Amino acid sequence: MAEPVLELSDIVKSFGALRATDHVSLDLKPGEIHALIGPNGAGKSTLIHQICGTLRQDSGTIRLAGRDIGHLGVAERSRLGLGRTFQVSSLAPEFSALRNVMLAVQAQQGSSFRFFKPVMRDASLIDRSMAMLERVGLQDRARIPAAELSHGERRQLEIAIALALNSKAFLLDEPMAGMGPEGSKVLTGFLDTLRQEAPILLVEHDMDAVFALADRISVLVYGRVIATGTVEEIRRDPAVRTAYLGDHA
Amino acid sequence: MLNRETIANLVLAALLLAVPLAANAFGQPFYVTLATRVAILALAAAGLNLALGLGGLVSFGHAAFFGLGGYAAGILATHAFSGDPLLFGWTGTNQMPVIWLVAMLVAGLVGLFIGLISLRTSGVYFIMITLAFAQMVYYFAISWPAYGGEDGLSILVRNQFPGVNTMKPVSFFLICYGVLITALAFFVLVRASRFGSALQAARQNEVRVATVGIAPYRIRLTAFAVSAAITGLAGALFADLNRFVSPSMLSWHMSGELIVLIILGGTGRLFGPLAGAALFVVFEYVLGGLTERWQFFLGLILLGTVLFARGGLLGLLAGKARHG
Repeated sequence: MAEPVLELSDIVKSFGALRATDHVSLDLKPGEIHALIGPNGAGKSTLIHQICGTLRQDSGTIRLAGRDIGHLGVAERSRLGLGRTFQVSSLAPEFSALRNVMLAVQAQQGSSFRFFKPVMRDASLIDRSMAMLERVGLQDRARIPAAELSHGERRQLEIAIALALNSKAFLLDEPMAGMGPEGSKVLTGFLDTLRQEAPILLVEHDMDAVFALADRISVLVYGRVIATGTVEEIRRDPAVRTAYLGDHA
Repeated sequence: MLNRETIANLVLAALLLAVPLAANAFGQPFYVTLATRVAILALAAAGLNLALGLGGLVSFGHAAFFGLGGYAAGILATHAFSGDPLLFGWTGTNQMPVIWLVAMLVAGLVGLFIGLISLRTSGVYFIMITLAFAQMVYYFAISWPAYGGEDGLSILVRNQFPGVNTMKPVSFFLICYGVLITALAFFVLVRASRFGSALQAARQNEVRVATVGIAPYRIRLTAFAVSAAITGLAGALFADLNRFVSPSMLSWHMSGELIVLIILGGTGRLFGPLAGAALFVVFEYVLGGLTERWQFFLGLILLGTVLFARGGLLGLLAGKARHG
């Protein structure tokens, strides 16, 4: 069995008396889409924050490509290959789509401590960034400020940025949220091919997308993973049915 | 090819050069001095503009760097004049290029230290902690008698620049103008560079910058120190303009004034500091001639700017700022 790319072991996080993450172990294997689902308040966001480094776990380890990243800051984890998108798009609003991607490319190429060469005449930045925008179909919107892009386009732009980071693992936080049915379909198709590039930890409410894409699903309820398995196993799991999916699953 | 902002900038740069040259030709040295004041304040504000305009770091303590630059010039000149050793037997200097280097170094290092601590905070806390540091420097200067304490320090003879008679107002103006234009050219380069991209992105969205793998803290710290150094350089020139340094250069009024200049001119705009400084000095001169309470009217104008013309004078002249 292949080594997991991202591996959480026994993560615990409490806020006072509330245990938001309760001994969570989870892994992401090469080439797979692992969906993380759970009702509101299950602790999905808290878990994501711990993986990205905005929150520090109380105990447990997080490994990326075999390396312990549990004590690193957000920027360092990103540099090591954790590419994420946000539940609510988080971009530099005044910058064009292109410059948003260029920021990622420049970080990827190394130092941002270069003071004199204009970025807009730097072919190594622009060419690669345009290539990333093309992959998500935003090439015609490259010069539009991020603030003026549509909701769906901002989602695509975030994915282009994650692509530009040469990520080893993608962490996508509700990429379908707010997308129309047509947009969801296109995005589902895109994510389906993206898994070949790097495995995806997909946090998603859109069950159609989850069932269409996921190789494995983990169900988080009250901070605990109550089940992990294939789509079929999860559909059949009685605990999941009562806790989360209800009767329409 | 030329957009409206470039045209506005060229006009401003040409005006600042033409007015004092004309005044000099007509034998009106007072206006030359006024223009020199504009150039120096613009330089100080251009330094702050790097931190505040590009980086969104609202420093309410840049008077510390302005004053430190001034004291660097004053102290070096005093020692050069008296021949008393300053450090390791060095008796100071009256050569501007050396003074500028020392002023920038001192202001930059103090900026690095202040930034190291204050950049761990943000928002109102950042404003207050930079103010607190600047006030510490201010009270230190007041209570330290060796260089004049509360009374300040006079520079008996204006410092020298190789090949230029700095006592001639127009020559000194040209030096200041040259330094200002150099600093603005530096600002253009930095703004367009990778560093400038990261700095501006960190102002817009800190989380985004960290998520692509750039730690915002180091970017901001560097910007803050460089910004301090430029404002310090302006302080050294200001000391030479007045041939006098006093703790008032370090006071929080000065910090506020620099912020006001930037807001009046246009935050983050290349020529915002110059436009703001020109407006400010003209108001001070024209309104100050009419009433002692000219700052009341300046306040009204500032209020009008903030409410109705957020882009400042350059926003009015050249429209909204554009990024590539």
